[in-house]
Amino acid sequence: MSAEYNYVLNLADNTLILGQRLSEWCGVGPFLEEDLALTNTALDIIGQAKMLLEFAAELKDSDDSADDLAFMRDQHEFKNVILVEQPNGDYSQTLLRQYFMDVYHLHLYTALSNSKNEQLAGIAAKSLKEVNYHLERSDLWIKRMAHGTEESFNRLQASLDKLWHYHHELFEESDELTELVEQGIAADPKQLKELWESEVNGLLSSTPLKIPQTGWKATGGRVGNHSEYLGLMLCEMQFLQRAYPNCEW
Amino acid sequence: MKLYEVFLRAKSGLSHKHVGSVHATDAQMAMQNARDLYTRREEGESIWVVDSTQIISSNPNDKAAYFEPAVDKIYRHPSFYPFDKEVKNI
Repeated sequence: MSAEYNYVLNLADNTLILGQRLSEWCGVGPFLEEDLALTNTALDIIGQAKMLLEFAAELKDSDDSADDLAFMRDQHEFKNVILVEQPNGDYSQTLLRQYFMDVYHLHLYTALSNSKNEQLAGIAAKSLKEVNYHLERSDLWIKRMAHGTEESFNRLQASLDKLWHYHHELFEESDELTELVEQGIAADPKQLKELWESEVNGLLSSTPLKIPQTGWKATGGRVGNHSEYLGLMLCEMQFLQRAYPNCEW
Repeated sequence: MKLYEVFLRAKSGLSHKHVGSVHATDAQMAMQNARDLYTRREEGESIWVVDSTQIISSNPNDKAAYFEPAVDKIYRHPSFYPFDKEVKNI
């Protein structure tokens, strides 16, 4: 597979798995308005996944469609970071994961909207508008929970202790990626890391939240080594296409 | 949670219209919830949210005194003039 395909597939899987996770909140959100708002976010992100998967399918030398990529691949063929497959947990955990991904996507899509690959630049520019709004929402929720009650603070701190170690994977480097960055196609992970850290650390340091200092970093998702959660999730997501191949809506 | 009333302007030149209400803990959340509940299908291009307690409404018991004296005074209505076809939204 080409480096470009691997790159686009990583971005596509990040959005597909995140969108699927978010949609698990549909109908069981904390209150009606928030339920609808988060479902809107999930739909936006699944829309981004659709565009990216369609592009990946074009780059792949086979007849596979975007649907085949989404519903017929096995766990080890998914290239998403482990962060997005983590369970929703409580609302603070869902929203903290969302905040991490929104900050990442904002800077990623900003950089990619200048990509030399026009199709990627187009997808990024379109997605950027949506991500701006997602971040406005998740940013406010983090502030609200951090400065809210003792309970909301404790829950958010527990989520931060749990999820912090997973963000490093978003900025992993590889020879293949460096080459794409040099060609002006991919976003530079070093720059993204800098932008992400300065924004996230900026927000967290304005609250009493403490960043865990264990040094442990999750890794492996980008090469298909996932946590125990992805397989279970795919069972549900892919069930219909696996049980009734080629069935249509 | 507090209740906020939501007003939308469909396009520039028109006035904001009441479309419903949302629950929210603060004004920013009310604005975002209004956006997510009422504008996903291009219904508007401007949103106002107003804390519901800030609305002063007429008392239903005053209905007769407030509104009924207008019923038999049709000359107050501009209904005897033909409108130009170009004039919309009146």
